[in-house]
Amino acid sequence: MRKFLAKNAPGYVFLSPWLIGFLFLALGPILVSLYLSFTKYDMIGDPRWVGLSQYEYMFTKDKRFWKSLQVTFTYVILAVPARLAFALMIAMVLDKGIRAIGIYRALYYLPSILGASIAIAILWRQIFNIDGVVNAFLSMFGIQGPNWIANPDTSLYTLVVLAMWQFGSPMLIFLAGLRGISPELYEAAEIDAASKPRQFFAITLPLLAPVIFFNIILQTIEAFKTFSSAFIISNGDGSPADSLLFFTIYLFNEAFKFFRMGYASALAWTLLVIIGAFTALSFFASKYWVHYENEKD
Amino acid sequence: MSGLSLKGISKSYGTVEVIENLNLDVHSGEFLVLVGPSGCGKSTLLRMIAGLEEISDGTISIGDRIVNDLPASQRNLSMVFQSYALYPHMDVRKNLAFGLTNLKMPKAEINRRVQQASDILQIGELLGRKPRQLSGGQKQRVAIGRAIVREPELFLFDEPLSNLDAELRVQMRVELASLYNRLGTTMIYVTHDQVEAMTMATRIVVLRAGKIEQVGTPYELYNNPQNLFVAGFIGSPKINTLPATASSNESGLQINITNIGKFSYVDLATTTPNISVCIRPESFKINQTAELNLDVEIILVEYLGSEIFLHVKIATGQTLMVQASGKSNYKLGEKISISANPQDCHYFDADGQRIQAKNA
Repeated sequence: MRKFLAKNAPGYVFLSPWLIGFLFLALGPILVSLYLSFTKYDMIGDPRWVGLSQYEYMFTKDKRFWKSLQVTFTYVILAVPARLAFALMIAMVLDKGIRAIGIYRALYYLPSILGASIAIAILWRQIFNIDGVVNAFLSMFGIQGPNWIANPDTSLYTLVVLAMWQFGSPMLIFLAGLRGISPELYEAAEIDAASKPRQFFAITLPLLAPVIFFNIILQTIEAFKTFSSAFIISNGDGSPADSLLFFTIYLFNEAFKFFRMGYASALAWTLLVIIGAFTALSFFASKYWVHYENEKD
Repeated sequence: MSGLSLKGISKSYGTVEVIENLNLDVHSGEFLVLVGPSGCGKSTLLRMIAGLEEISDGTISIGDRIVNDLPASQRNLSMVFQSYALYPHMDVRKNLAFGLTNLKMPKAEINRRVQQASDILQIGELLGRKPRQLSGGQKQRVAIGRAIVREPELFLFDEPLSNLDAELRVQMRVELASLYNRLGTTMIYVTHDQVEAMTMATRIVVLRAGKIEQVGTPYELYNNPQNLFVAGFIGSPKINTLPATASSNESGLQINITNIGKFSYVDLATTTPNISVCIRPESFKINQTAELNLDVEIILVEYLGSEIFLHVKIATGQTLMVQASGKSNYKLGEKISISANPQDCHYFDADGQRIQAKNA
């Protein structure tokens, strides 16, 4: 034991800020929320044990739960590929030798720093309002655009566009990945008569697969957890007509508007299971399409 | 099978001129080696031939086609890269077939060529493996296989053996030479290793700072170097160089090696007083007298089995290299005398250009 401590103590000392924070600030609430998910709890009285009944209600009777799942999944399915495709496109442009590339990288990354902020969500409202920038632009061509955010048919897509605009962090990861591909492979492909699209699909994409996989996992989890921008744009209640009723917004309202803390906890654990299942599935599927160069067989 | 012609080739990066007005004819079916120190422009030249690098000026022709504006894929050549550049996510078969697939070749023909290349290079059992599962030598074979399947007019090799260990390098050298004998296709091979150049080439081009110093067969380059640079670059161990002065007298040319001694060489004609006398290590005779005699002390003995390299110090403090038979026995600190015949020496003027003997 003494030997173990002497050997590992410095490691644990350095880990301790995170470890203490996790144990007291995260693990406790996590376990409590698991317990609460089996209770009815309004934050005033004591939690009342109801077993699995809340989960049963959620899956069998709660239409808004299913609506929130539909909104969230639609968003994930649209926003993640859109953001990643856009990020990859910009990364490929920035991967070329352009003068003052550092400035461009910083500029392109900026929306991602600002993107999660309330200010940007408010700005987004202005852009897509009935008299916003988008409609002003369309009116130049004689097109009268709808009120994008107030229209349940289009509101979700404005958020997808916002997600695309926040391409900075996957873009940087893609850029690092692209830098890792040997230029000689492209030269060999050039001599091997591979066209540029063929080079992209036969060389770039397969070699970028680990990075794409990493970005898919990261961005999908992020997308499932989308909250602040949707909260601001939907006035905090998922409107119009629940078209922006993201899972997280539904959960937030159940917890802090209707004080159904037990049910909100059950929702939170359901989201965790969904994200966990998606991640596990992705890892399972990855062995069929992700190639690791240094992998030993 | 085609030759290659380079006329007035130049390459600049901004104001830096890497290759300057280079002219070279590569004969059809020859194994031409471009050799030179790092930064001499040999790889750039090869990449320009390949079409991977644009030329700033001049004309490149393969056979009778000017290929200046043709992309690499349409020059009908193959290239083996220093890093092999195998596609890491494809197995060996796909690596070999990739170029042929891009050319939309019929599947049966692709299979035939892949099979043929794998037979030639004995990589049949590796076809299902990924590059990461191959050793350095196997990767090299696959890279060569990828070049062979195209059945090109021209093979380009960019230092293909430099990532291999010494033993494998020697083995691959032999294999490449026999591959050349078998295919008979024009090959241009870049290396900084003059042993590779000497052992494989039908002709060698020695480059320095983007200019051709000499073009010739390995024999010509070794025995008749046209300048001091080529004399120093070709040959291992390096040629010995002694500063000297030359003056004419009644018995011919009198050569005075600075602080060492004089000898005459009737066949040599020069008007420049300051010259360099170069002697290959194997041209020295030990403990025998000749026109040029030096008393030396052995400061290092390198025993190689079949031969011995003696590092010896002369009176001026300069170190020379002397080659002796492996059967001889020399000791550190031993004082010996070495000698050379004037006709076995190479002479260069103050500008480093060869001074030809009259009867040469």
